[in-house]
Amino acid sequence: MERLRRTPSQTIGPFFAYGLTARQYGYDFNSIVTGSMIADNGPGNRVQISGKVLDGNDAPISDAMLECWQADAEGRFNKMIRLPHDGFIGLGRLGTGTEPDFSFRFTTIKPGSMREGMAPHINIILFMRGSLHHLYTRIYFSDEAEANQSDELLKIVPEERRHTLVAKRSRKSGIPEYLFDIHMQGAKETVFFEI
Amino acid sequence: METIDYQVQPPYLYPDYKSTVFRSPTKPLILVSDKLKDISLPAFGESAIGPLDNDLTKNARKNGEPLGERIKVSGKVQDEYGHPLPHVLVEIWQANASGRYIHKSEIHDAPLDPNFLGAGRMLTDKEGRYLLYTIKPGAYQWGNHYNAWRPNHIHFSVMGHQIGHRLVTQMYFPGDPLFEFDPIFNSVPKSARELLIAKFRMDWTDPEFALAYEFNLVLNGRLQTPFE
Repeated sequence: MERLRRTPSQTIGPFFAYGLTARQYGYDFNSIVTGSMIADNGPGNRVQISGKVLDGNDAPISDAMLECWQADAEGRFNKMIRLPHDGFIGLGRLGTGTEPDFSFRFTTIKPGSMREGMAPHINIILFMRGSLHHLYTRIYFSDEAEANQSDELLKIVPEERRHTLVAKRSRKSGIPEYLFDIHMQGAKETVFFEI
Repeated sequence: METIDYQVQPPYLYPDYKSTVFRSPTKPLILVSDKLKDISLPAFGESAIGPLDNDLTKNARKNGEPLGERIKVSGKVQDEYGHPLPHVLVEIWQANASGRYIHKSEIHDAPLDPNFLGAGRMLTDKEGRYLLYTIKPGAYQWGNHYNAWRPNHIHFSVMGHQIGHRLVTQMYFPGDPLFEFDPIFNSVPKSARELLIAKFRMDWTDPEFALAYEFNLVLNGRLQTPFE
């Protein structure tokens, strides 16, 4: 069967916010998903995932957008997103332009393992001005060292780069926070996947 | 199997588009097996879409109609095997008729339109079709190089049923004299640039109301059996 050519990718540009993350940025337009990946009535202990996206000069990027997609505590993906949000959502979206230090902070619950050979993780899709494609990466958790050891995807990543995919649990008290910076370039360049 | 076709897709690093220099990965991407990339994305309920979300000529009116040329943009979303993709989330954003984005950090000296936001969204129907009404966006001046102007364009974000179905792109208008000067458009290999240009469709116009353009989107295929 003859295959159609895929539509070429283009950059998201600097001005996505009033369309894609309107509520976060204070524009008068609804948002289907936000930085809260679980509704107020959803079950489970909240955690925060926070970090920055850093360019090749180690400067934080103020016009990137992240999408997070994760399973619930039992390792199941949500099948349908409705408004108003109810229970576990699993899909999040934030721009990096609203905090003074250009950080992002998602509120969610820790995902469960989906099956043997898959450590708990969050899929990340990353967009920004200056990137002609979106990029795929993943967040694993520093307090899941044993599960991470046997994760099928981590295994194909060169060992010396695996740490770029592991969010570190911060020592602060209160809501557990996992820190995950994304480095576009340099010695700590984050691993990106081709899907 | 290589999943990114560089006969069609832009490279990550394209120095004429200056922001790519410090924002593109320098190490090769890691290729994921079919088994591990088989990740479904959620569907979106009708409740996620407001009644005017696909009509940008109406969804931000304050005291009148937005200025500019009303247009209708329509097309189908399909995978590379030609299967229509129903219930796909299509989101768009764009400048107004003067070439001004409403974004707060935008500094281009062109007027805002109090009756135009420039954002919309819709789900494709059972045949994978979407339809939106909007105002034709103006050309936009930006800081990439001296006297840099973007051709008229509408930004598209498409979220299909699998994680590999994600696409963000830009739709351009036929015959734009700025094409040859725009590094973002020209980052795409020459033979594939036509895939980003909408077709003018006289037969789809709303008589005495709006001109029409067709813009079709082809996403990464679902995982296929070898015999399909």
